[in-house]
Amino acid sequence: MTSESQSSRLPAHYFTAGSSSFVEFLAAHAPEHLPGAAGRSSAPAGSGVGGQSAERGSGQVSAPHGTTIVASTFDGGVIMAGDRRATMGNMIAQRDIEKVYPADELSVVGIAGTAGLAVEMVRLFQTELEHFEKIEGMTLSLEGKANRLSSFIRSNLGMAMQGLAVVPLFAGYDQASDIGRIFSYDVTGGRYEEHDYYSVGSGSPFARGSLKKLFRAEQDADAAVRVCLQALYDAADDDSATGGPDMTRRIFPVVYTVDARGARRIHESELQVLMDAVVDQRFQRPDGPVATDPTGEATS
Amino acid sequence: MTMPFYVSPEQIIKDKADYARKGIARGRSVVVAQYDQGILFVAENPSRALHKISEIYDRIAFAAVGKYNEFENLRVAGVRYADLRGYSYDRADVTSRGLANAYAQTLGTVFTEAQKPYEVEIIVAEVGADEGSDQLYRLTFDGSVGDEHGFVAMGGAAEAISTQLQEQWRPDLSLEQALTMAVAALSEHGGQGPRTLDEQLLEVAILDRNRPRRCFRRLTGDELSDLLNSE
Repeated sequence: MTSESQSSRLPAHYFTAGSSSFVEFLAAHAPEHLPGAAGRSSAPAGSGVGGQSAERGSGQVSAPHGTTIVASTFDGGVIMAGDRRATMGNMIAQRDIEKVYPADELSVVGIAGTAGLAVEMVRLFQTELEHFEKIEGMTLSLEGKANRLSSFIRSNLGMAMQGLAVVPLFAGYDQASDIGRIFSYDVTGGRYEEHDYYSVGSGSPFARGSLKKLFRAEQDADAAVRVCLQALYDAADDDSATGGPDMTRRIFPVVYTVDARGARRIHESELQVLMDAVVDQRFQRPDGPVATDPTGEATS
Repeated sequence: MTMPFYVSPEQIIKDKADYARKGIARGRSVVVAQYDQGILFVAENPSRALHKISEIYDRIAFAAVGKYNEFENLRVAGVRYADLRGYSYDRADVTSRGLANAYAQTLGTVFTEAQKPYEVEIIVAEVGADEGSDQLYRLTFDGSVGDEHGFVAMGGAAEAISTQLQEQWRPDLSLEQALTMAVAALSEHGGQGPRTLDEQLLEVAILDRNRPRRCFRRLTGDELSDLLNSE
């Protein structure tokens, strides 16, 4: 905000007609505030891939990484949950990090990958959606939000090439069709709509296997929450970078539910009861619930 | 070379002020009033799309009368100011005082330097933790700022409406009472005579201090007609 310091009146470029995008406004008038600006020439985010001038000489940058995010749809909405561990190499960098955030009133975003960049990206994404909503007087469509996030990831490609990738999972309630929808991304900004359930991060192969067996198309929100907690437990069971429920410190996953009424975080007290049930059940059967085969008999 | 006629600075300022006042007086009025749970905004506005009241930030809202393109321009600049500040520092660092200051400087500069002053009057309101910490700033076309308490009326019939609100407003009004009071004042004045303003002709919004983050909410449709018919 260099021009602002000259006088306290609003700078002339604040009055420029046109863009409803906060990122375009930043790129044109305050590019130093864009994420990754330090490692980049002054290429604006809107113009695609940023420069790749960050130093490689010092070798791989080590920064905290977020791990597993799971999402599952239910009748009329979607659940997203994330474990609480951030790792840096073999170290646990933080045991109560939060990796699922509300993007706006009707959508949530979960982050896996380099935590510092991801958190900044989410903050910018939240501001972008709210800015559009305030200026235009209406919210973006769910597809529009998903596409916007795609361009954010693409602008981080330079950093991703150096091992600092950010891979979010985006989910929201689609007002047009009254369903919950899930979108996944790759590091180049590719956007893919996922059906029923999905998971990203280091523990995702295990979580996805678990979701595959436990997901039911007709499930309600409570069932979808239980499915997500089971999937995170399974991910933590087999992936060292994913944190399981911390029973001694009472640290449980962050779980958001999104439906027509908006995005809400499931309260800690409610989560404790659900988590205790999952853990109690694992005392009986450490591998988790038994899936049924088509004939209806248990396979174990 | 022809010499221009000499016009005294006093005359220039007076002409500009008269011009701006006339422009504002042509418009319909807006009432902003505190109630027990927040701040109420009521505008006589038949349009569903061209708003006179809007959200600026978590706890800050904006109301304006006058020329639409001019106050819309100010509103967008305010949203950009708030979002940039909130993004580069923290959400808590966006204040109505800072925004009112920036608007005042902007309006003041335009009034003295530009050929044509802005024909607008705006209110920047911020809802606090309790009624005592709510803030209401009224800004006029020349950049003067007033720190208001209780209620403010702007637009064509501002004086008549203010006089009526002066008698009726008191602290701790409920939302229904505040809305009834504001709508009655707008109906009584500003037209050829007393009229009935129904929800089709009103733009109503609140800054509700009990909402978690974004306090601004529009009241429309059934919710608004229920409130209007509650007493």
